[in-house]
Amino acid sequence: MSQQTRDLLPRNRDAEVARSICPYCGVGCGQLVYHKSGKLISIEGDPESPVSRGRLCPKGADTFQLHTHPGRLSKVRYRRPYSTSWEEITLETAMDLVAERVWESRARTFVEQQDGVPVMHTLAICHLGGATLDVEENYLIRKLFTGGLGMNCISNQARI
Amino acid sequence: MGSNMAENHPVSFQWVMEAREKNRATILHIDPRYTRTSAMADIWVPLRPGSDVLFLGGLINYVLSNDKYFHDYVVHYTNAPTLLREDFRDSEDLGGYFSGWDRKKREYDPASWLYATSPQRGALFAGALPDTGESAADPTLQNPHCVFQMLKRHFARYTPELVEQYCGVPRQVFLKAAEAYCSASGPEKTGAICYALGWTQHSNGVQIIRTAAILQLLLGNMGRPGGGILALRGHASIQGSTDVATLYDILPGYLPTPTFNKDGNSLREYIAYNKAKTGWYANFDKYIISFLKAYYGDAATAQNNYCFDYLPRVTGDHSHFGFWLDMMDGKVEGLFLMGQNPAVGAPNARLERKALAKLKWLVVRDFVECEPASFWYNSPEVERGELSPETVATEVFMFPAAGVAEKSGTFVNTQRMLQFHNKGPNPPGDARSETWFMYHLGRRLKAKAARDPQPRNAPLNALTWDYSTIGSNAEPVVEEVLQEVNGWTVADHRLVSGYADLKADGTTACGAWIYSGCFPAPEKNLANQRQSRDLYGHGWGFSWPSDRRIIYNRASARPDGKPWSERKKLVWWDEERKQWTGLDVPDFVRTKPPDYQPPAGAEGDEALAGDKPFILHPDGVGWIFVSTGLKDGPLPTHYEPLESLVANPLYPACETDPATKKRERPDNPYARSPGDPRFPYVLSTYRLTEHHTAGGMSRTLSHLAELQPEMFCEVSPELAAEVGLKHGEFATITTPRGIVEACVMITRRLHPLVIAGRRVHEVGLPFHFGTNGLVKGDSANDLLPISEEPNVYIMESKALLCTIRPGRRPRGKAALKELRARMKEAV
Repeated sequence: MSQQTRDLLPRNRDAEVARSICPYCGVGCGQLVYHKSGKLISIEGDPESPVSRGRLCPKGADTFQLHTHPGRLSKVRYRRPYSTSWEEITLETAMDLVAERVWESRARTFVEQQDGVPVMHTLAICHLGGATLDVEENYLIRKLFTGGLGMNCISNQARI
Repeated sequence: MGSNMAENHPVSFQWVMEAREKNRATILHIDPRYTRTSAMADIWVPLRPGSDVLFLGGLINYVLSNDKYFHDYVVHYTNAPTLLREDFRDSEDLGGYFSGWDRKKREYDPASWLYATSPQRGALFAGALPDTGESAADPTLQNPHCVFQMLKRHFARYTPELVEQYCGVPRQVFLKAAEAYCSASGPEKTGAICYALGWTQHSNGVQIIRTAAILQLLLGNMGRPGGGILALRGHASIQGSTDVATLYDILPGYLPTPTFNKDGNSLREYIAYNKAKTGWYANFDKYIISFLKAYYGDAATAQNNYCFDYLPRVTGDHSHFGFWLDMMDGKVEGLFLMGQNPAVGAPNARLERKALAKLKWLVVRDFVECEPASFWYNSPEVERGELSPETVATEVFMFPAAGVAEKSGTFVNTQRMLQFHNKGPNPPGDARSETWFMYHLGRRLKAKAARDPQPRNAPLNALTWDYSTIGSNAEPVVEEVLQEVNGWTVADHRLVSGYADLKADGTTACGAWIYSGCFPAPEKNLANQRQSRDLYGHGWGFSWPSDRRIIYNRASARPDGKPWSERKKLVWWDEERKQWTGLDVPDFVRTKPPDYQPPAGAEGDEALAGDKPFILHPDGVGWIFVSTGLKDGPLPTHYEPLESLVANPLYPACETDPATKKRERPDNPYARSPGDPRFPYVLSTYRLTEHHTAGGMSRTLSHLAELQPEMFCEVSPELAAEVGLKHGEFATITTPRGIVEACVMITRRLHPLVIAGRRVHEVGLPFHFGTNGLVKGDSANDLLPISEEPNVYIMESKALLCTIRPGRRPRGKAALKELRARMKEAV
């Protein structure tokens, strides 16, 4: 063994570990997320999971690449009506614009009642998602969209 | 069955292998294709796509004809003894229809399906639970009107001979499978059934699952270790998105969304409609009122019916396909897509994509620029001249999303287990979680509503939305959301320890009653437990409800409370300590003794005797016969797929499930059925281990792309010879909806089946490919029609008709020309 080989150390040495769960199928294999100074180092199976016992399938084993591959977006892309290309806009601008679109569409299409009975909905704003999202995310989506805005047209992969 | 578990849930398949290797379990796999799962099975049964009810009904017939049912379980724990009304007519009596079919409305009035002693309700509909405090029953199972005798008559024609003719399963193979599976029954043995989209994605999908449920009830396998029916769900938290219901017809915890002119006109009517008198669902009002308190907080009071009128009413079909067809017709202004890609993943994908061009605005949230975000400049429609950027008005916002390692939150896996994932590093750049997006969008909209307090903004003004935020990104504290889901007492904001603490008087709030108990104290996030301490994994995560790992586990003990056997013990009655105990959390009131008899007039759970395990049902028993709740029949019966080569052998005048909606229209056309000379082969779609759904999380990654780089089709050597297909070269597959190309894989794993004397060929297609990513290909979903199963509105993807020819697909407009030419051929 060369000195270079002897000097090799695991790349996740001294890393912090977050206990996580695979984002792919419904089995829910345990994953260990190794990170250091805000940087992802590796994602591996969690041997203590009674579901998976440390194993991961090809997709789960590639979760690190899912987070770090060059095709991943980190900026908001925006396309104007009839435009032939994308523009980049800031996150805050994008959030303000989306809130305005929701507000205007809702104002145009909201139905308060039918035959004297409350209906309190708009069918002109719809939502899909998501089976890939957390319980907390789905809960807030339903709460704001349905409980707050009156959107009935909500669905996710569970129905297909 | 209806699953390729080794392929699509590979890590869980280790348990199947262990059962086989360590406990000599017998593995049966019933599937049209010989797959990775079949290779590990002891018995593989090839089956015609769409004939599942016929096969499973054949097993039921086998069990009944050979007295293989678990007698004591059936008599005490199911509604087999229950007497039905004398005006009930079965599908065997009415040529494929049950009594109550309205030809004009194309729906059933289920009044005649009620038990003989169920009181009538004012407004009967699928979903209202029968009040069956005392249903007349015959424990000897002899009365001709009892469910058991009805079941025998119903499945009498599902013989091994019929299975051979119309499933394509040789009689001897069927009998071998039947003998192997049906012997896994009784005190000492159980059998489990696992299924996935091979059962759900059918025009009668719910009824297929129902047939399996009947089989498992007859064999006494429900609520017992090594038994049950496991739905193998396909996404990391699709169970969560079903439970916490981003689905139009249910609110979190499976509370029905109020429907205009049905149960939605007032809180009082809503409760009267949905609350059962007997069984655990008599607690319904506690759950809806606590839910309203979670949403609307202090604004929700007894005087204003807890803001019930702020909930939007269902007025029609607001499902995915319901609103997508409206979108295609120009009736939708804006759409949010969050981690879902219908441009590749939904049926009639050409229509899915074209409808996006009718929107005023579109918001897409994903890791990469997926197909829905680029439809306006990079799609088959742009290639074919059907769309162009210069003519598409849709304003598009593409937001980058955070990955699981970059955020904390809860997933619910396919066994109902909540597992909390903990955040590692921050997401890159402007990528954020959906929690962040929803919270900050909500903040902005509430600010607008505060400045504009008119009636339509009242719900938004009343909505509680004050979650704390942390970190440089102002990320909401997800634990606060999960605590709201768990519930608390309003006065002191003290977390409840479970749904038994919830009240109907406005003193408790709870976002989803079925999860209550997952966060019983500020430092006790049970979803984040990571110390498994027993065989069932207690100490790791939290299985709803109340951390029961096997629901209805009272059925694992005899009526007298002792286990059916030492080998199969799970929960049992401890006579000394006067409570239920065992290896799992008992799914039963802990102190109710097995010999408890309800007093006359008892309500709620008190109305159920000590030997009634199915506590959510008003009669406490498993439902072999489902008298209310389903739109297409109280018993499953064989219907052909919407596109089939074969006439229905049982019901020539009722080919397909009459309650299924085809949504047939010029942009959603169907082949002629049965048998269409233009489309002579059966098409089925499915998944691969190395890819994930629409491909955004796999075709974009070099390692996975390398493992499965190309769209392909699977055909048998016989079909290849008939059509002239060559292995490794291209083929073009066409249906009335679309035209795709695929590389040809000739394989012995597909067999032509002989159905009623003729050879039936199958073409198999994975559905993962699209125009974006490192590896691209045509989308199989371009070929499928949109259709809506009657109960849950899912489409049929596993059995349709197609044609196939050698050679590549034409490019540009020529592709549509070939499709139109095929449609114009003589039918």
